[in-house]
Amino acid sequence: MQAIKRKKQKETIIESFFLICAFVAVISVLAITVFVFYNGLKPFVSNSYPLWDFLTGVEWRPGSNMYGIFYMIVGSIFATLGAILIGVPVAIFTAVYISEMAGSRIGKVIRFAVELLAGIPSVLYGVFGLGIIVPYVLKISPMAQGESLLATILVLAIMILPTVVSISETSISAVPREYREGSYALGASKIQTIFKVVLPAARSGIMTGVILGIGRAIGETMAVMLVCGNPIAGIPTSLFDQIRPLTTNIALEMGYASGVHQELLYSTGVVLFIFIMIINLAVNKLVKTKVGS
Amino acid sequence: MDTNIKFNTKNLDLFYGDFQALKSINMEIREKEVTAFIGPSGCGKSTFLRCLNRMNDLIDSVKINGEIIFDGQDINGTIDVINLRTRVGMVFQKPNPFPMSIYENIAYGPKCQGVKDKNQLDTLVKESLVKAALWDEVKDRLNKSALGLSGGQQQRLCIARTIAMNPEVILMDEPTSALDPIATAKIEDLMSSLKKDYTIIIVTHSMQQAGRISDKTAFFLMGEVIEFNETPIIFTNPHDKRTEDYITGRFG
Repeated sequence: MQAIKRKKQKETIIESFFLICAFVAVISVLAITVFVFYNGLKPFVSNSYPLWDFLTGVEWRPGSNMYGIFYMIVGSIFATLGAILIGVPVAIFTAVYISEMAGSRIGKVIRFAVELLAGIPSVLYGVFGLGIIVPYVLKISPMAQGESLLATILVLAIMILPTVVSISETSISAVPREYREGSYALGASKIQTIFKVVLPAARSGIMTGVILGIGRAIGETMAVMLVCGNPIAGIPTSLFDQIRPLTTNIALEMGYASGVHQELLYSTGVVLFIFIMIINLAVNKLVKTKVGS
Repeated sequence: MDTNIKFNTKNLDLFYGDFQALKSINMEIREKEVTAFIGPSGCGKSTFLRCLNRMNDLIDSVKINGEIIFDGQDINGTIDVINLRTRVGMVFQKPNPFPMSIYENIAYGPKCQGVKDKNQLDTLVKESLVKAALWDEVKDRLNKSALGLSGGQQQRLCIARTIAMNPEVILMDEPTSALDPIATAKIEDLMSSLKKDYTIIIVTHSMQQAGRISDKTAFFLMGEVIEFNETPIIFTNPHDKRTEDYITGRFG
C-alpha cells in the first residue's frame, strides 16, 4: 500500500516537472508580449507622441522629435514581397528537383547544401551581401550607393530558401505514390504529373513553407541591416532606393535611446509583432485546413 | 503473326536488384479477352502486369531482359512510353482518384494529351462515366471532390478515367481487393461489359473472381508461369499438380 502511494507521488512530481518545463515557453512568450506592448503603447497612452503621426510619418529624426515609421512599414513589406517573389519559385523548383528528379546522390548533396544554408549565422549573410551583392547592385544602380531595396531583396531571397525548400520538399514527398502512378498510367509526362497532380496535392504544405518564409523575411534584422542603407526618411519608389525596415530601426538605436525615443522603438516592435502574429495565425489556419483540402 | 495477339512476351526476366522476380515468362495475350493472373502473394503476377505498361520504370533497381511485344513492337525498345500508356491503361489495387473534382479526374488524361475543347471534354467525361456505370450516381456533382465518393465509386471513377483515354488494353491490379462484396460485384459486371471493347488483364487474389470473369487464366508461382490456359480448364482440369494444389486450396 505504502509502495503504491510512494510510486504515485513520484509520478505526480515528475509530471509537474514536465509541466513546468512546458510552461517556460508559454511564460516567455507572454513576458515578451506584455513587455513590448506595455512599453510600446506607453507613448500613445500618455500622449507623449501621437499614434497617427507615428504610423503615417515618413521621417525618423530623433533629434528633431520626428518619429514616423510609415516608410519603414512600406520598406519591410516591399523587401518581404520581393524576397518571396524571387525566393519562393526558386525554393519550390529546388524542392521538386530534390524529391522528383535528382538521383539519390545529387539529391543528398543539394539537401545538404540547403541544410547548411539554414545553419549559416545571419550576420554572415549580411557580410556576403555587403561584399558581393551590394557592389554588383552599385554597378547597375543610378544611385551613389549599392545598399538598397534590391540588395535587401536578394539577401532575403537566399535566406528564406532553406525554410521554404525543406517544408515544400517534405510535403511533396508526402504526396502518395498512388497519385503519381495514376498520373503516369494515364500517359502524363513527368512535368505534367508534377505540375498538375503533385504540386496541387502538396499545396497546403507549400503554402505553410511560404508563410514561414515570409515570417523569416519580415523579422530578419542583422543581415538586412548591412545591405539596406537605413535612411532616416523616404518611401522607397525604386529598387535602388535605400530602405529602413522595422527590424533594423530597433536594432540600430535601441542601444543608446532613452525616453520617448526608446519607447517609440518599442512601438516599432509592437507593429512588427502584429505583423508576425498575423502570419502565425495564417499558418495555423492553413495547417488546420490541410486535412481534406 | 496472329493479329489477334495483343501482347506476346518472350523469355521475360525481371530483377529487383539481385532478386529475380520473373523467370522466363512466355505468354500470348489475346485481344478482347479477359485474362486473369492468379497465384500466391509475391509470385510476380503484379510485377508482370506492371511490365506491360512499363510502370516498373518508376522503380530504380529494376532490370528487364527478354521481349514484350505489343502489337508487333517491343515495348522495352525505343518506343514512346507515354504513347504506350495511353494505349495500355491501368487501374490500381487501391482506388487512387486525384484530389480534384470528379470532372477533372476524368478530363485529366485527355487534357495531358492536349485536348482543350470544352465540348469535347464534356462529352468524353459523360461517355466515360456512362461506360463505367457511374454517371447516374455522380451526374449532379461532377464538380465535387472525387475523394468524397465511396471506395467502390472511386474505383469505378478510376476505370472511367482510364476509359477516357480510349485505350486498347486495360490492366487491373487487384481492382476489388479493397472493396466490399457489393462494390466488387459492380466492378465485375462492369468488366464483363467492357470486354467487348477492350482487352482486359486482371491480377486477382480471388480464384472465384478469376473463374467468374476471365476467359484465360495464368497461374504464377515464384516468378514463373506454371500454367496458362482456358479458365474452365485451369479450374476443372489443370495439367500441373501445383496448379491443382493451389486452386483446391492446399497452399497459398
